Parts: sequence; structure tokens; C-alpha cells
Amino acid sequence: MSKDLEIRWHGRGGQGAKTAALLLADVAFSTGAHVQGFPEYGPERMGAPITAYNRISRKPIRVHSNIYDPDLVMVVDETLLESVNVTAGLKPDGAIVINTPKSVEEVRPLLQGYEGNVYTIDARKISVDALGKYFPNSPMLAAAVAVSGVMDQKDFIEQMRGSYKHKFAKKPEVIDGNMRALTLTLDAIAPALSGKKPLCAE
Amino acid sequence: MARKDRMSGNEAVSYAIRQINPDVMPAFPITPSTEIPQMVSTYIANGQMDTEFIPVESEHSSMSATIGAEAAGARSLTATSSAGLALMWEELLLAASNRMPCALALVNRTLSGPLNINCDHSDGMGARDTGWIQIYAENNQEAYDNFIQAYPIAEDPRVHLPIMICQDGFITSHAVENIELLEDKEVKEFVGEYHPEEFLLNPGKPIAVGPYAVSNYVMEARRNQLEALERSKEVILEVADKFRQLSGRGFGLFEEYKTEDADYIMVIIGSAAGTAKEAVDQLREKGKKVGVLKLRVFRPFPAEEIANAIRHAKAVAIMDRTESYNTHGGPLGSEIEAGLYRAKATVMAVNYIYGLGGRDFTVDHAASVFAELESAVENETEVKQYQYIGLRE
Repeated sequence: MSKDLEIRWHGRGGQGAKTAALLLADVAFSTGAHVQGFPEYGPERMGAPITAYNRISRKPIRVHSNIYDPDLVMVVDETLLESVNVTAGLKPDGAIVINTPKSVEEVRPLLQGYEGNVYTIDARKISVDALGKYFPNSPMLAAAVAVSGVMDQKDFIEQMRGSYKHKFAKKPEVIDGNMRALTLTLDAIAPALSGKKPLCAE
Repeated sequence: MARKDRMSGNEAVSYAIRQINPDVMPAFPITPSTEIPQMVSTYIANGQMDTEFIPVESEHSSMSATIGAEAAGARSLTATSSAGLALMWEELLLAASNRMPCALALVNRTLSGPLNINCDHSDGMGARDTGWIQIYAENNQEAYDNFIQAYPIAEDPRVHLPIMICQDGFITSHAVENIELLEDKEVKEFVGEYHPEEFLLNPGKPIAVGPYAVSNYVMEARRNQLEALERSKEVILEVADKFRQLSGRGFGLFEEYKTEDADYIMVIIGSAAGTAKEAVDQLREKGKKVGVLKLRVFRPFPAEEIANAIRHAKAVAIMDRTESYNTHGGPLGSEIEAGLYRAKATVMAVNYIYGLGGRDFTVDHAASVFAELESAVENETEVKQYQYIGLRE
């Protein structure tokens, strides 16, 4: 990566948007970058809309505010499209990734006229195929890495195995499934990304 | 050898506590400091430290038990936030007046109401006159560094006072950022063993802690306590120097960021200081002479040092992340303005209240404050001397 990257995550409490942001900070740190990953909490309850953020930079990060003009927006729960203006401030040359079985053409009308890059990923199907359960954060994490180009995908996969070993030390049986969710996502999103410049590229 | 890592502010403080391995930690959970006792008790359960952890039934009890353990001769600490600190009010005063060098990891959160879990400084600032030393952090690194310096300051025989190491709730406590960690051995050597001169579990030299004092003694006791707090300033500076030699990092009473030639200076505490420094760099690129004074030590209050560091400016903005309800300014504003008056400095000062209950403070907010100061000075216009940032009227 060379350009600074700012990401905003939209999810609902309990879905793992915060965990995905922290895992992204974790894995980007392994490339030698300066990272920030933090949640913004509203009411503390399952299902309430939550926001989480990432800053990733080659320089030390001093700013401690939320992100208002993100390069990338990750929508973990598509029902938020009806209640939250997820593209607010999103840079025209940035991108938005939405967890939905729908096509880009179907969701674009819900995006307040956003004309930049839109990607969809069916994290539910990937998660159920890979893990047998619905945990959208691993697919969304992989999609964020793929669209942003924050790191090499092979390095990402290698680093994540280590992270999951640590994170799931008490339930190692879910490691392989989560790893499968990552690679399925990278494969699923690759055609949409072909010929596109990653957000981090100069 | 320093080790590069990434962790949240709560993880960083818990890591420092593990490295220090104090004797006793009583604690009661409250957002956003809950992770600290949670992580410390995990370290203990994993055999990575042997601190005696006491789960208590309230913060009134956690501070009481901290004082009890400290009085017995044990190096003690607790952690809390917001209403938890408020519930400790009586004990905070006891810890300081009984000269207990215990530590408290404060993760700043607003006080009710309305009920809110997010950051402002109303908890720490509400306890500003309890006699504790208070040190604030901009980020996870400073929260870690400050915690390692806590006991060498508090336990110094010239001081013997409790110390509160503060960081901003969620903004740094729950934000994963890069950090440089010291080796366990380096921390243990820096902090040293605790050998109190006098303590309760010392049958050869019995003492009383917290007895009644008749009117004939109270004023002298209070004055002694004040002088210890005054002396803590030199100790804080000595410890900061020693820490800088070890780590290459750190500041004394405050950090002066591009203030030397600045016409406009913002005085600010905590995580928003980094955001303000970013605004300074952006404005400097446009030729504006602006700077930030980030206050690290709020108690003892470095009134004279601050006055001397900002008096050359054309105008200063004093930023308070709490309301004081004295109706003429926040705690930092009132104290700096009093300090400027005593130093016979006549610099124009505007006191801004920002970030209450987690309201975001951005680079643009900081830039607009500098713009308002500059416009007032250039156009010789009046500015409201005590005002709110980002308030919906």
C-alpha cells in the first residue's frame, strides 16, 4: 500500500463489525503500517446500528476523531441501507461493499445517488457454506482487504491463520471454516475487481 | 529492547500492570474500564502475574480495599470510570489525606445524566480537588508509559500520594493502535520493589492510619499534604527524565507542540490533542503560526509553567472536555486564567467546552477555533470568552 486509507464499517451490535475492524487493524499492522481500529457505540444492545473505523497509514496516526470522508465503506447488514446514509462523505473515487445476495444494479438505487465503485458480496452464503453458521465478519474482512489492496492477498491469508489461531485458541474447530470463508470471498469478489486499481494504489 | 505491537488503551494499561505485578488489585467493573480488571484477572489466572485480585461489590469497596491493602504495606491499585469514581469520592479523599501511594487507572467517561457511556472528563475533573496526582494521556502509548511511571512518582518519600492515570474512554481505551512496549525486566527495574517506611503490618513499629484529629492538628495535616503535592512536581519531572532515558519517549508537565513562535495556542488535554496537532500542521502549511500545548499533569497544576509557555501568544484557546457548573468556565479554563492573572500576563484567552458525552472533536473543529482567535485579533472584534463547540442551538 502507499496511500493512506480510511474505512467506515456499518453493522448491527453482535454481528462482528467491530471485530472485523479490529482484525483488519491487526493484519495491516503485520505489514509494518500504522493502524487504528475503533468502534463507535450507540446504545449498548444487540441489533442496534454500530459504526467502526479503520485508519491505515505509513505515518504515525494522531487524529482521534471519527471518519467522515472514508475511502471505503463496509456494510455488514444490508437492512441498514434503509435507515442509515451509508455513503455519507464517501469519496467519489472510493468504494462501498455491501453484504447482500443482490446484484450491484439492485442495490445502487438505495445508495443516495453514489456513483463510485459498488461491490456486493453474499457473506451469508459464503459463511454458511464455509462454516455452517452465519458470521459475516470473516467474509467482510476479506472483501475489505481485496477492495482496498491494503496488503498482498497471500500475506493476508498467511497472517490470518495466525490471528485465528490466537483468537480461537479455545475453539480451534472453527479456524478452518473461517479460513475457507476468507478464500471463498477473495475468489468471489475477484471478477468484479479485475482491471480496477486498488484504493491504496497511488 | 522495545517491542513493536498493536493494542487498545485498556490492553496497554493491563499489560503495564502485568509487568509491574503489584501486590493487590480490588476492582468492580464499569464501562469503559471493565476490560482492565478482566484482562488483569486473566493474566493472574494464567499464572503470568501473582497480584492478589479482590472482586468487590462496589467501587466504594474497591477504593476502600485499595486503601486498606496500601496501608498494610502492599502496592495496590484499582481501575474505574465515571459513576464508579463518583462512588469512590469519600475514599479518594481518604487515600490522599492518609498519604497512600496507591494507583488508579481511570478510563474517562462522562457522569450521568443523561446516562451515557462515552468520553468526557467530568469524572476525573470532578475529582480534581481530592488531593490525587492526575496524569492524562493522548493515546494508548502514553497511557502505558504513564502507568509505568505511576509508582515511582507516588511512592517517592517526598510525595507519598495516590496517583490517577487517565485515558479517554473508548477513544483510546477501545482503539487498537501501534505501540512500543518495554521488556518486563526493564519495567521491573524501573518501578523497583516497594519498601514503605511505615505500614500497618509492621509489629516492630506500630502506627495508626486515619485517626481522629482535633482542630488543633487538622490545618497542619492539610498543609503537609499540600506541600507533598507541590513537591510531586519535581518528582514527576525526574521520573519523566529517567523514563525518557529508558524509552526515548515522554514529556514532563506538558507537551509544547510548535508553540515557541506561535501567535495562537490551543491548550488541550487527552486524545483530542493529537487531532489538534494535525490541525496545527495543516494550518502551518498555509503559513499560520499556531501551536498546541497538551497538558499531561493536571494535578499538581502547573499554573506558572503554563502561563510562561503561552503568554507570548496573541490569543489562546483553552479547551475543556467537561462543564464545571461554576457558570464562568470549565476547570482548565478557570485555572489557566487565574494562573495568567497571577503571572501578570495579559494574553487574550477563550475557554471552549467540547466533546461532552463522546461528542466528536475533529480537525475541522480545531481549525475553526484557531480561525476564530485569529479573526478576533486581526479585526479587533470581541469573542465570547466562554463558549461551546459543535452545539446545536
